[in-house]
Amino acid sequence: MTALLDLQSVSVSIGKVALLDGISLSVARGQILGLVGESGSGKSLTAMAAMGLLPLFGGRVTQGSVRFDGQDMAAMTEAERRKLRGRRIGFVTQNPMTALDPVQRIGEQVDVVSRLHLGLDRKAARERTLDLLTQLRIPEAAAVAEAWPHQLSGGMKQRIVIAMALAGEPDLIIADEPTTALDVTVQAQIIQILGNLVREKGVALMLITHDMGVVAQVCDRVAVLYAGRLAEEGAVAPIFAAPAHPYTSALIGCIPQEAMAKGALRGIPGAVPSALAFPAGCRFHPRCDRASDLCRKTVPTTGPRGDGRVACHHPGALA
Amino acid sequence: MTAPLIQIDRLSKRFQSGGGIFAKPRVMMAVRDVSLTIGKGEVLGVVGESGCGKSTLARLVLRLIDPTAGRVSFDGTEITALSPAALRKMRRRMAMVFQDPYSSLDPRHTLAEVLAEPFRAQGEPFPPDRLPEMLAAVGLPATMASSYPHQLSGGQRQRVGIARALALNPDLVVLDEPTASLDVSIQAQIIALLADLRDRLGLTYLFISHDLGLVRYFCDRIVVMYLGAVVEVLPNTTTAPRHPYTHALMQSNFAPDPARRRAIEPLTGEIPSPFALPPGCAFASRCPRASDHCRRETPALGGETAHPVACFHPL
Repeated sequence: MTALLDLQSVSVSIGKVALLDGISLSVARGQILGLVGESGSGKSLTAMAAMGLLPLFGGRVTQGSVRFDGQDMAAMTEAERRKLRGRRIGFVTQNPMTALDPVQRIGEQVDVVSRLHLGLDRKAARERTLDLLTQLRIPEAAAVAEAWPHQLSGGMKQRIVIAMALAGEPDLIIADEPTTALDVTVQAQIIQILGNLVREKGVALMLITHDMGVVAQVCDRVAVLYAGRLAEEGAVAPIFAAPAHPYTSALIGCIPQEAMAKGALRGIPGAVPSALAFPAGCRFHPRCDRASDLCRKTVPTTGPRGDGRVACHHPGALA
Repeated sequence: MTAPLIQIDRLSKRFQSGGGIFAKPRVMMAVRDVSLTIGKGEVLGVVGESGCGKSTLARLVLRLIDPTAGRVSFDGTEITALSPAALRKMRRRMAMVFQDPYSSLDPRHTLAEVLAEPFRAQGEPFPPDRLPEMLAAVGLPATMASSYPHQLSGGQRQRVGIARALALNPDLVVLDEPTASLDVSIQAQIIALLADLRDRLGLTYLFISHDLGLVRYFCDRIVVMYLGAVVEVLPNTTTAPRHPYTHALMQSNFAPDPARRRAIEPLTGEIPSPFALPPGCAFASRCPRASDHCRRETPALGGETAHPVACFHPL
């Protein structure tokens, strides 16, 4: 499978602060990549780098390359990148409450995407909008298109944001914690909808989440980030069966499960370090129960493991 | 079950919004006719989605707000009938940990001042020598006493919120989504801390959450609420649910195990507006088992005493 989005050793800085260090990952058509890690691990920043939106935050790629469908994003003009976003790359934000314009009707906000990117006229754009809303199982699509954002529930708004991301017929969707602000039953609906889209339309999906349960449920591959570095990457089944990186294993252990003995849920001690004070060696060593002197001094290199990669001096064995 | 610490009897709370000289106010029942008991030393979980009335129930139990109807008794004393002075005295035996550790701590107070507040509220002198011990109990170093909330991470702030709740050695702690705004790694730390504190201090918890997976891990008994009413009480964490809503909540919870990946049957339909509840069962509009009967009549909480369910067609 050839990668649609391909990040090769991407490092990112904002001002003088280095935030991402040599991140490599890729997503192919028809594939869902889960990007996981705690807050502050660099998930959203990776998404911004993938969309060429770093300048919004005063950030820049200091090293490595971001390729979309074979083209180097850095070699494109800003106008070319802007054409890509919305058209070939759709973005679903974390908070549907702030992603919609409160003083514009729902339908118009979705219409504008296909008018701008697909050159549809007003009537054709509205037809496409109604079609998308129906596909996303929004009841009474015509009435919803005439509604204002404040009249819709959170789950409904998130489906509108997904409709906007889909309106340009994208090849890649980047969804940044699309269900965090939603109720659990609605979260399950949205995850189901996103999963079906990938299978039916063959789009690529990069799903940013902090929930290993969601990754296990829908993703094909998973990339685990910690403190701006890639900890582990690979196919979902082998990684969950036997995580190589202690951080991956700890994240999985944070999800309460049926039949888990009382007291088994301990969390990960400490917290993600600030980018201003990353520890030397492996950045996870202060919170790691496998840490040795080697980990405290030397940055682990990323090596192959099964069909994936891991950056750890003491990786767990394959199952 | 042990002797109840809390007895809730047919509790209801009505809110109204809007209204003016000509406009009729809109009325909603945030809590509808809820009866429950919480045993001494028990961890009772209340689970439901936003707007189900779980936070209102928590506030009613502490009488932070007054009920429209019904009674709450704490250790045999009816707190819904207490005078303000008597209530204040009773309050030292109950405490609350709030959802948002960012807004529940005064940004201008040091941790020492935050932790002195419960004593001040009771008109008692603050014993400063207790400070290191209070911080240590929640896993914070004594050197943090002079820190301000903005210098702390979210998890540390929530630890301060817990220390404040424990300041006066309460019997009951109401935990209103104490981990909802935290990372899963930090959530697990806080839950482990709460479990240790309960064992050590013999606390009783009322644990409010939208996360059934977390509630099943942490609680002894589970109350499931939907649009203000209790739809099911699970007597322990392994009992299979009988209400279709509880079943849907469990289905929505993904295990971190790709081998147990499953086709989700997501709920269709929308949650009705609490201001305009349809007749009959409030869940009928989203329920795969709903019949005409459900749309006409409201099912009462019944069945087995240990495992009551409010449904005409339980699983």
